[in-house]
Amino acid sequence: MIRLERRPQPSPIWSMATPLVAVLATMIAGGLLFAALGKNPVEAIRTIFWDPLFGEFAFYYRPQLLVKGAPLVLIAIGLSLGFRAGVWNIGAEGQYIMGAICGAGAGLAFYPTESVLIFPLMVLAGGLGGWAWAMIPAVLKTRFGTNEILVSLMLVYVAEQFLASVSLGLLKNPEGFGFPGSRNLQSWDSAHNAELIAGSGLHWGVVAALIAVIFAYVLLNRHMLGYHIRLSGEAPRAARFAGVNPNRLVLFCLGLSGALAGLAGMFEVSGPSGQISIDFNVGYGFTAIIVAFLGRLHAFGILLAGGLMALTYIGGDIAQSNMGLPSAAIQVFQGMLLFFLLALDLLTNFRIRIGQPEVA
Amino acid sequence: MDLSAINPVLLIASLMVAATPILIAAIGELVVEKSGVLNLGVEGMMIVGAIAGFATAVETGSPLLGFFAAAFAGAALSVLFGFLTQVAQANQVASGLALTLFGLGLSALMGQSYVGVKPPQMSDIHIPVLSDLPVIGPILFGHDIILYFGLALTAAVWALLKFSRAGLVLRAVGENHDAAHALGYKVVRIRLMAILFGGACAGIGGAYISLIRVPQWTEGMTAGVGWIALALVVFASWKPWRALLGAYLFGGVTVVQLNLQAAGVAIPVEYLAMSPYVITIVVLVILSADKSSAPAALGRNFHASR
Repeated sequence: MIRLERRPQPSPIWSMATPLVAVLATMIAGGLLFAALGKNPVEAIRTIFWDPLFGEFAFYYRPQLLVKGAPLVLIAIGLSLGFRAGVWNIGAEGQYIMGAICGAGAGLAFYPTESVLIFPLMVLAGGLGGWAWAMIPAVLKTRFGTNEILVSLMLVYVAEQFLASVSLGLLKNPEGFGFPGSRNLQSWDSAHNAELIAGSGLHWGVVAALIAVIFAYVLLNRHMLGYHIRLSGEAPRAARFAGVNPNRLVLFCLGLSGALAGLAGMFEVSGPSGQISIDFNVGYGFTAIIVAFLGRLHAFGILLAGGLMALTYIGGDIAQSNMGLPSAAIQVFQGMLLFFLLALDLLTNFRIRIGQPEVA
Repeated sequence: MDLSAINPVLLIASLMVAATPILIAAIGELVVEKSGVLNLGVEGMMIVGAIAGFATAVETGSPLLGFFAAAFAGAALSVLFGFLTQVAQANQVASGLALTLFGLGLSALMGQSYVGVKPPQMSDIHIPVLSDLPVIGPILFGHDIILYFGLALTAAVWALLKFSRAGLVLRAVGENHDAAHALGYKVVRIRLMAILFGGACAGIGGAYISLIRVPQWTEGMTAGVGWIALALVVFASWKPWRALLGAYLFGGVTVVQLNLQAAGVAIPVEYLAMSPYVITIVVLVILSADKSSAPAALGRNFHASR
């Protein structure tokens, strides 16, 4: 007879170990999936997790790790604060898009002026754009009690349509021969989010992500507001008695996660991707949800998880071109990771007892 | 712009078709939420149902078999959710999101060889005399069988919840799982059955999109319909007939905006296309003031500790 017994306290050992076990379990299940698709599972796993770091062309892929990891970490840090407080912002993809549009739009308004002020202005506009988009579910929740999960998610679809609209209209490159998409920001020095050290992949977005990690760590562990965030998530009633204003927390958590997602979008559009186009977003906003959970909603955990998830993106691309592994297989792989993680969390909160219960 | 080209009879008939996937998925989720479980994976189960139904219909040539396969696929995916939340005690919001992310990937993988394929057509029913009536005929008596199934399902769920003992037990579990457990009801088992039902409904709803509404397969084709169904449950105040009303409202918005696009109204296409989502938000705001009818145990996990 197997039964579950709730632990008085979550096990700290299992709390650290479950992400690792989940990754291993996902590799095994993913291997089976790849085998079912007719690919060599060992080769596929090696291509995804080993080659980008230590393979023959690792010098090319390692910088990509920063490029792909930075937006994931930046968004996931913001989401993790909200998730801890029980504020579910799942519309980061929309905030990412709006940040990119506002950032690029603010810059392009001054084209072709060259000035050192343009890039900071774009950063500001990008953050504000994401913040404003996240304020919609936040204000609706605090004013009318509307469910923030549904509203933030609906706004992703609205943002996608808006992106299509501006890349065909407002921000379309006038010298683009009628093709949809904005001017290329990479070829305009004042707006280009260039690598700080050539060939390293280190751009301003990476710097911002690192700052966000440290900021989130300090906020959660050394600051009253962070304590209130954790308290509201773990014991909402106690938080109310302690005088925590839930509305202010909702506004703060959604606003901050929106601003960070907006920044991520802005750094992406002015750097690696280069221009606003209809399909410039690739789902970082959704993958960041997995990153946040995989990192245990902990700032440094998210840093590691972001790196790992970036690895699956890069490795997935390699496996796609070398082995013909469909790109959707990587999406399934990432989804499985979250499943295993949630299932294995059981071990953190419960003890598994085998045998008859003792008579108390 | 030529608005006179829009035929009101066809408009209402196609409104009913557009509303059906939302309705079926919402009724399924309504039962799940009545049992006290919040499954945010409707979108994921719908899209997996859409491709499973599509693939089966193409391979066997029978759309009806496709719908059965879709119900099975949706239910199979919901088992994962049921295991996570009912057995492994995982957070319901996170598990639902995981289901959606996983379902979107899985469906893209399954659907690779079905892009651009034409599915076998589901024939509309034809009742002599009745279907040939002007106006009423095409609106009431000229649809496919699944559309009527959706209406029957709404009535059945309403009657079940309101009049039957099983409905009473389901509601008891959703209102207060500790009390229901103390009365000897198997809370976890009842919730698992509700989750399975919700999964099957979401699957059928998804297949309705890929087999009848569109009909073809494209990646991510459910485009938020699952989320709209979730919103629908909230503003139906967990009442089946209000879900029907809401689904027809949404079907109406979708069809009208598509017709306006075709008629070449001066509003850009993108703004028309975002209207169903914006209207969902607006209706949510108007109706979310009243939360009194939400099942009291919604979203809370149950573990029978001694």
